Amino acid sequence: MTWIGDNSVLIWEQLREHLFLALLPMVLGLLISVPLGYVATRFSWLANPLVALGGVLYSLPSIALFIVLPALIGTKVLSAANIVIALTIYAVSLLIRNVIDGLRSVPEDVLQAAVSVGYGTLRRVITIDLPIAVPVIFAGLRVVTVANISMVSVGAIIGIGGLGELFTLGFQQDFLTPILVGVVLSLALALLADVALVGLQRILTPWARVNTPKEA
Amino acid sequence: MLQGFLDFISDSANWAGAEGIGNRILQHLGYTFLSLAIAALIALPIGLLIGHTRRGAFLAINTGNAARALPTLGLLTLIVLLIGIGRVPVIIALVVLGIPPIMASTYAGVSGVDRSTIDAARGMGMTGREILTKVEIPIALPLIISGLRSATLQIVSTATVAAYVALGGLGRYVIDGLSLRDFPQMLTGAVLVAVLAILLDLVFAAIARYAVSAGLTGRVRRNTDTKTSTAPAPAGV
Repeated sequence: MTWIGDNSVLIWEQLREHLFLALLPMVLGLLISVPLGYVATRFSWLANPLVALGGVLYSLPSIALFIVLPALIGTKVLSAANIVIALTIYAVSLLIRNVIDGLRSVPEDVLQAAVSVGYGTLRRVITIDLPIAVPVIFAGLRVVTVANISMVSVGAIIGIGGLGELFTLGFQQDFLTPILVGVVLSLALALLADVALVGLQRILTPWARVNTPKEA
Repeated sequence: MLQGFLDFISDSANWAGAEGIGNRILQHLGYTFLSLAIAALIALPIGLLIGHTRRGAFLAINTGNAARALPTLGLLTLIVLLIGIGRVPVIIALVVLGIPPIMASTYAGVSGVDRSTIDAARGMGMTGREILTKVEIPIALPLIISGLRSATLQIVSTATVAAYVALGGLGRYVIDGLSLRDFPQMLTGAVLVAVLAILLDLVFAAIARYAVSAGLTGRVRRNTDTKTSTAPAPAGV
């Protein structure tokens, strides 16, 4: 326990780095996959290849991707950018399927109603399609976020990994406490992020709250 | 950097012997399949039981979610510190990672079988065991295989990380290369693991294609389209 007190600055710093390394890719992933998913629903021949490509990219081991990226895009091996880009790739490859499914779940008569009252494409997509797709997109987003939070720590092997650095520290010093602290904080972070996303989804979809009791 | 990688991988000296690429791939596959087999032996029966009885869903769903949040490296270093360096702790860590996806999707597959299908089977006189083996498992097979598939990917990736705790396998190139600042060597390990992961994924895609009953995959035409079967009957029928 004294170790935790003595190292609270270090722990806090790794926690912040961990959060940054996990959440930035999630946001970037969302910003990339929503327009991409929209294009794929517009030009439907694109959807299957995109989802298949996502499946292949998602199957790449994270440590492999962290190392291959510098060779492909010229970043430094020990750059945090590798982690952020790699996790963004995972986020997009998982989210793209949910975005496409979500946008396709918008009922045709709703789309027609929007067009007939004079909504332009951009306004319709932002104010109608996307809100209706929120539950499906958020299902993917929750998986991405939790998986990212757990994957960030692998980066510690190459020297950038937030809480993962507590694992390497504990392992090198043959000392259990930092590892336990890292595991517990990582799990807590994942849980909190998940709860936050569920809350955000509730705020974004007020109609779901209104309808649920009636259906039950 | 890519040139260095090509030099490394095309040098036949790097392929031979106990430290060679060939042997590293075999080691990697060995850890993967041993862990996968043990994880499947544990997770499949539990998943089938929970799905068949439809009891304990809470357990299946929540272990699946919690495991996704479990940091691989943390789990690995934790088990190694508790048990000591060696093959056993690494296999344990890999098994622990493999169990939740297999259990969760087996449960989801079996419990997702249409109630009326099971009632029909029971009505035809099938016993509980027959319903499980002849109805529920075949229908759940696509999901069961996809659970095995995600477990395999998880284990293949993590077996790389296992070199960090002094195990063999392809992760050696990553870890050794890192300590020597030998980037081509690291890249070789990374690329080989990625290729291995994609190949294993393709194997599972092939298994899913040929093991799943043709009536479920949509490869044969069915008389009734299940997608429209819930729609209201057209007027006048």
